Amino acid sequence: MTLQLAAETAPHAAVPIPVLFLMVLMLASFVGLGIVRRVSPLLHTPLMSLTNAISAIAVVGAIIVAGGEGYPTWARVMGSVALFASMTNIISGFLITNRMLKMFKEKGR
Amino acid sequence: MNLYWTHIAYLLAAGLFVFSLHWMNTPKTAKKSVLAGSVAMAIAVIATWMSPGIGTSLESNLYILVPILLAIGPGVWLANVPLTAVPQRTALSHAFGGLAAGLVGAAKFFYWYDVDATSRAALALSGDPLVDVASNELTHFRTIAIVFEVVLGFLTFTGSIIAAAKLQELKWIPQRPWVYKGQNLVNALAFCGCLVLASVLAMNPHADYAPWVFGGIILLSLNFGWMLVMPIGGADMPTVIAILNSYAGLAAVAMGFVLDNPLLIVAGALDGASGLILSIIMCKAMNRSFTNVLFGAFGQVAAKAAGDGQEKTHRSAGAEEAAGILEAAQRVVIVPGYGLAVSQAQHKVRELYDALTRRGIDVRFAIHPVAGRMPGHMNVLLAEADIPYDRLVEMDDINPEMPQVDVALVIGANDVTNPAARHDTNSPIYGMPIIDTDKAHSVMVIKRSMNPGFAGIDNELYYLDKTLMLFGDAKGFVGEIVKALSGSGSGH
Repeated sequence: MTLQLAAETAPHAAVPIPVLFLMVLMLASFVGLGIVRRVSPLLHTPLMSLTNAISAIAVVGAIIVAGGEGYPTWARVMGSVALFASMTNIISGFLITNRMLKMFKEKGR
Repeated sequence: MNLYWTHIAYLLAAGLFVFSLHWMNTPKTAKKSVLAGSVAMAIAVIATWMSPGIGTSLESNLYILVPILLAIGPGVWLANVPLTAVPQRTALSHAFGGLAAGLVGAAKFFYWYDVDATSRAALALSGDPLVDVASNELTHFRTIAIVFEVVLGFLTFTGSIIAAAKLQELKWIPQRPWVYKGQNLVNALAFCGCLVLASVLAMNPHADYAPWVFGGIILLSLNFGWMLVMPIGGADMPTVIAILNSYAGLAAVAMGFVLDNPLLIVAGALDGASGLILSIIMCKAMNRSFTNVLFGAFGQVAAKAAGDGQEKTHRSAGAEEAAGILEAAQRVVIVPGYGLAVSQAQHKVRELYDALTRRGIDVRFAIHPVAGRMPGHMNVLLAEADIPYDRLVEMDDINPEMPQVDVALVIGANDVTNPAARHDTNSPIYGMPIIDTDKAHSVMVIKRSMNPGFAGIDNELYYLDKTLMLFGDAKGFVGEIVKALSGSGSGH
């Protein structure tokens, strides 16, 4: 079974998945460096709390482990703890970024 | 939802994350960036929850729902800390991010190890020559990715907790760099040990001893985190926070490779890039290299340089006199530092700003990149006090104008105004870019006493003929100046 599946999903000229993902990583890094370099120094603190929230994208992995029916209980509990940690970051990260950004006002009001 | 749609949703989320960061360019567009980011995150969470691998039973949903509900309380609480506590909040959230990455990596490793072992055992038992492929979840590549994820995750976890504790100034943690002889050697050995264990594991992820090796890697990286941050002094915290920010992103990237998920790679790379750029900016602003911040133990060198025994004189003044000088000026530049944050003086500073602006005096704020305890700290504090952000000027823009400035008022800043950085090759801060306060016509410095600051370096600025020292707590003294100004009427 496993053999058949492997043959089906590997057409002759397919890019190996790890290489494809390294390509994604490389391009995303360039995009990130280009964008962040242009962020105003005024906003470096909110930038940091925003990226805090974005790096909590680890929540995806946490859900996969916590919600995966096939996983043993100990693994799902670890996933749940990870989910709690990243969800806390998501909530506090976006809320505090919003709170700080609201403070920035141009000339009086 | 089939896997195809899950990944379309991820694609959308990745695009929104890019826009989210892009809109942080200017304060005007920044509000959209929170919206884009949170929508992207919501899409990612829901798409994952509904993806094919997730169980639909009540039990499975509870494993997901309960932690989410539990996170609301601490999440909202951490979002509403006072702005002076934002650096330690940020460090704490890096710790949470690191913990999440580490836990998922560890769970995945042990789970896959079991799956592979079971399938191999079944294969050996059946002895069927036709079934010659056992499951091979733990490939060499994946094992390496998991090791990266777990090492980065757990070292960020303990390192960030120490950083947060230092920033919170908890009593059990030394503020000064904590160093001992041969520290770098011990760290290097621990690092090499980690590297050896990782290679052993990657070469044979299915060996009987693999779980022990993996456990060893976890312990070493937990240890590594605090060993890396303990020797770093409070003055270097902005750089450390930025570096940990970047580690948290890289841990997410590694998790993307483990889970074959490009969304994690994109979001993690954006985060890693942001942390990297911020730490480069911080290092440049202190004229130091990465390695110097991480292994240099700044405070040590500085302590030796302080106190060369020379008797120097300074002039001091009271609030009335300071108010008079400010009133006579046309251009005033205020240089804020961490002392302003500590005494919560931003609202009093706003009153001073108002009082002076009402008299037609041009008031601006000169922001040094490392003023405060995290990148951009001063900007947020002053914005909180409703000071318009176009009055906040970066170091490189204000320095050419300093010779035209009548009064430079330094509030709670120290090393970033020390002219020794420009000419004294013996000074530990030599070469660090500073705000040229000494070039203004006159200088006033609000400071508690003549004691050297955090880094322990004497500031030449205080002994110049044109400098007046205003001794007192920043908030109290600025308040007195405001009172003196209102007493003398609002000019004409």
